[in-house]
Amino acid sequence: MSSYDLYLISPYLAVAGTGLLVVLLDLVFRRKGLLAGVALAGLALGLLLTAVQARDSLGLGGGSGLPNLAIGPGLLAASLAVDRFALFFNVLVLAAAGIVILASVDYLERMRGNHGEFLALLLFSATGMMLLSAAAELITIYIALELTTLPLAALAALLMDRNSSEAGLKYLIVGAISSALMLYGMALLFGFAGTTSVEGIAAALLAPAQQPVPFGSYAVLAAVALLLAGFGFKIAAVPFQMWVPDVYQGAPAPVAAFLSVASKAAGFAVLLRVFYTGFGDFDWHWGALAAGLAAASMTVGNLVAMSQTNIRRLLGYSTIAHAGYILIGVAAVAGTSASQASPGSLTTAGPSSVLFYLAAYVAANLTAFVAVIAISSRIASDRISDYAGLVQRSPFLAAALALALAALIGIPPTSLFIAKLYVFSAAVHSGLAWLALVGVINSVVSAYYYIKVIRVMFLEPPAAQERIHISPTVWAALALVVAATLWMGIAPAAMLGVAEGAVRALSGVAR
Amino acid sequence: MGLEFPGLLTATVFLPAAGALAVLALGRNDRTARLLAALVALADLALAVLVFAGFDRGDGAARFQMVDRFTWFSAQTLEASYILGVDGLSAPLVLLTGLLGLCAVLASWHITLRVREHYMWLLLLQTAVMGVFTSLDLLLFFLFWEVELLPMYMLIATWGGGRRQYSAMKFLVFTILGSAFMLVAIVAIFVSPDVGTFDMTRLLAPGSGLSQAALALPLSALFWLFFLAFAIKLPTWPLHTWLPDAHTDAPTAGSVMLAGVLLKMGGYGLLRINLGMFPDQTRQFAWILIALGVISVLYGAVVTLRQTDLKRLVAYSSVSHMGLVLVGVASVNVAQGQLTAAGLNGAAMQLFTHGTVTGLLFLAVGLIYDKAHTRYIPDLGGLAGRMPLVTIAFLVAGLASLGLPGLSGFVSELLVFLGAFRAFPWATALAVLGIILAAGYVLWMAERTLFGPGRERFAHLTDASAVEAIPLVLLMASILAVGLYPAMLTGVFQAGLAPVVAALNGG
Repeated sequence: MSSYDLYLISPYLAVAGTGLLVVLLDLVFRRKGLLAGVALAGLALGLLLTAVQARDSLGLGGGSGLPNLAIGPGLLAASLAVDRFALFFNVLVLAAAGIVILASVDYLERMRGNHGEFLALLLFSATGMMLLSAAAELITIYIALELTTLPLAALAALLMDRNSSEAGLKYLIVGAISSALMLYGMALLFGFAGTTSVEGIAAALLAPAQQPVPFGSYAVLAAVALLLAGFGFKIAAVPFQMWVPDVYQGAPAPVAAFLSVASKAAGFAVLLRVFYTGFGDFDWHWGALAAGLAAASMTVGNLVAMSQTNIRRLLGYSTIAHAGYILIGVAAVAGTSASQASPGSLTTAGPSSVLFYLAAYVAANLTAFVAVIAISSRIASDRISDYAGLVQRSPFLAAALALALAALIGIPPTSLFIAKLYVFSAAVHSGLAWLALVGVINSVVSAYYYIKVIRVMFLEPPAAQERIHISPTVWAALALVVAATLWMGIAPAAMLGVAEGAVRALSGVAR
Repeated sequence: MGLEFPGLLTATVFLPAAGALAVLALGRNDRTARLLAALVALADLALAVLVFAGFDRGDGAARFQMVDRFTWFSAQTLEASYILGVDGLSAPLVLLTGLLGLCAVLASWHITLRVREHYMWLLLLQTAVMGVFTSLDLLLFFLFWEVELLPMYMLIATWGGGRRQYSAMKFLVFTILGSAFMLVAIVAIFVSPDVGTFDMTRLLAPGSGLSQAALALPLSALFWLFFLAFAIKLPTWPLHTWLPDAHTDAPTAGSVMLAGVLLKMGGYGLLRINLGMFPDQTRQFAWILIALGVISVLYGAVVTLRQTDLKRLVAYSSVSHMGLVLVGVASVNVAQGQLTAAGLNGAAMQLFTHGTVTGLLFLAVGLIYDKAHTRYIPDLGGLAGRMPLVTIAFLVAGLASLGLPGLSGFVSELLVFLGAFRAFPWATALAVLGIILAAGYVLWMAERTLFGPGRERFAHLTDASAVEAIPLVLLMASILAVGLYPAMLTGVFQAGLAPVVAALNGG
């Protein structure tokens, strides 16, 4: 292992190392507040190292830029791809983890002194997510996925009451089943291709088809379906969504927040990398699968969300619906190259719309969750009816939550309006106008239940009179995500450019 | 003489939004908030007058004037621009919005509930509507179209009466549904390989690439997607059912803005986008437009006759009168080279006229309700002696809406019928019946509420106060002015519609 290898994996080492440090310091420190500071410093260090790598990959540091895949001869050669695609998700995951930690300062008091465990597990899980977005080989993917999932299961159970334990157990069991399915799919794929490297699989698949089925072989077809099941669990797409509402309701609110954004983003990262790099030449086959999952996720998520009375269950179903919208973008690129109608540059529209959507969604959904965390740690209730008259008890919290919900509907000028526009235009462009129409109709349907919450907050008389006070760190977290939500809605050019640059690192795109 | 003054339109559009923030920040007490809002609305009216007066109507003038343009965002696969500009079609509507914006602020002078917030929403609404009328980029147009929703929803749901939350939600659901159709059409236009732009100045130009061959969706599908959005907003039968509820339960200022300018967004969209971008489809489907228009005119009028609630009555009369816009648009169904601008001009005029007339009617009804505490027509009567100014305003608006010569309604209705008669003589004749019915409900309503024996319990009623009188006088003056000197508007509208007429005449 050379020092260059160490430099490439330094962000992962920084975050995981901070996790270990937090566990140790937890034994020493009396004031648990300092632990959060250590964790944030670790995340900042990870972000800094990622920024250095990004500078190098753009060639700004004077070098020739990072190679896109395979990081040179050595132990890590084929297992990690530290490219701009991975760096994009590093930033997303680190930022989300930082916001969640900032926002949970008040909430941690309910954790019976388990601050150290909460922070350390969060950091380990974040490391797993970052690795997941860089993993370019099946076994690394599997390990990264487990590193993501197991800490999350423990985090979900951390409140140690009935609902929380149920959430943890459910997440663990459903996660284990989907891991097993995925592992079986990987085994089949390895049996067929004789290699675990995603690039190697792509090369093996180029051989002439053996059977007249999609992907040229029943084994690969089964493998793809099983892999999709495993990834579907991470991104919470229908029909792998059963765990979502209970986990979102029972788990500690900050954990639900982290699950809903970072875990979903990492799931989409690995999905994109495996499918575009590994199965790029069969995209019209899995594109149809993605389109079907997208339509089902949007429709089921939105319809069930309408009848929810608990804000966290509602947001849970809303994340299922949003997984559907994002899958439209996954399906879109497939269609483009199948129709072979479009000139080179436009084939990036599908995956870069996925990346932009994820960034926009992380900002908007975190806004909603930070507000919910702040509110529920004060009024000790997640029932929507208890949010009545919130505007009079805390105008800014109510306004921030309303902004987040408006963004989730896709009302301009918020980040998700541009994101939805981008995803839908990618879909229409690749001949999936029907899917875009399903998406638009679903957005309209979703307005009903999001606005219901806004109505309760703004128009109904308050349930109690006392004002809701929140600590400055939560304010800071809220201000950051609100600013990001508006920034990507009003001046989306920068993020659009970053997303387009990041997907070009994926081989299989814009060839 | 065109007025070239960079930033004028941007200022006109965003001044109310800045004012909304100022009211929120500086409105320490209700009185300051009111005065501040009124000042902002007055300043915006002044800017709107400047836009209207500065618009160059000369023959050689540019089609779009006072254009503010910069790139909003531009990535490889998605780009949009910020383009504001006015042509002959939008300049009068900017004036109308400025005028009614001031009226709405003054009409809500007596509100005591959450005053700052009320004026904030009202001013934000004005920014959104101004933006819709001046945007020349489809995405920007859609953005302002959507931004308009929340303020109107809050105005109805918080300051309204009756089943205000239900009505506000109904308004919201209908409009969002319409805008969803529009968004699909906008995206389909953008991703079509030969188009690839949201820029309306290019899309509206002849030979814009909006040709059948290379579109993501067929032209007629695009036409209907846009039409649905605008037909809901207009509203036309059978998509009108949100309107009576929203109007009845909205506060006076909300009704004035809703009827006065928000409905005009639908008519403007029909003329600007359906007619401007799809002239051939408009001609092809003119028979459907006239059918919907005539049904709206007659159905609206018949239902209006049966109303006993003053506000609901005015609301249904809006359905009837906005039907005339469709009748006017349908006048394009004549052979190439035969088209005159009369029908389209009438439709555009009807937008302006109906804005002032219905605005005035809602102001008068609002004043009656505030003082008499009832809108139930059988309970009213003999108000003329108590409220002479309100009575005069009511009569002027009523007579204008039934098309009395010398008032603005006459001009627009005559032009609509003149144009449409050449295309659909029998259907137009039916629509004229609607005007006769209008005479019926206007006069009958006036007789039952304003005249007759004075009621004992109305003896204490007072006339409009000075603040309340300003909007009444302003709107009456504009109705008279347009009625006596219609060329003030027709000339401008003509300039805006000339390119479409030329395109339809094969030129």
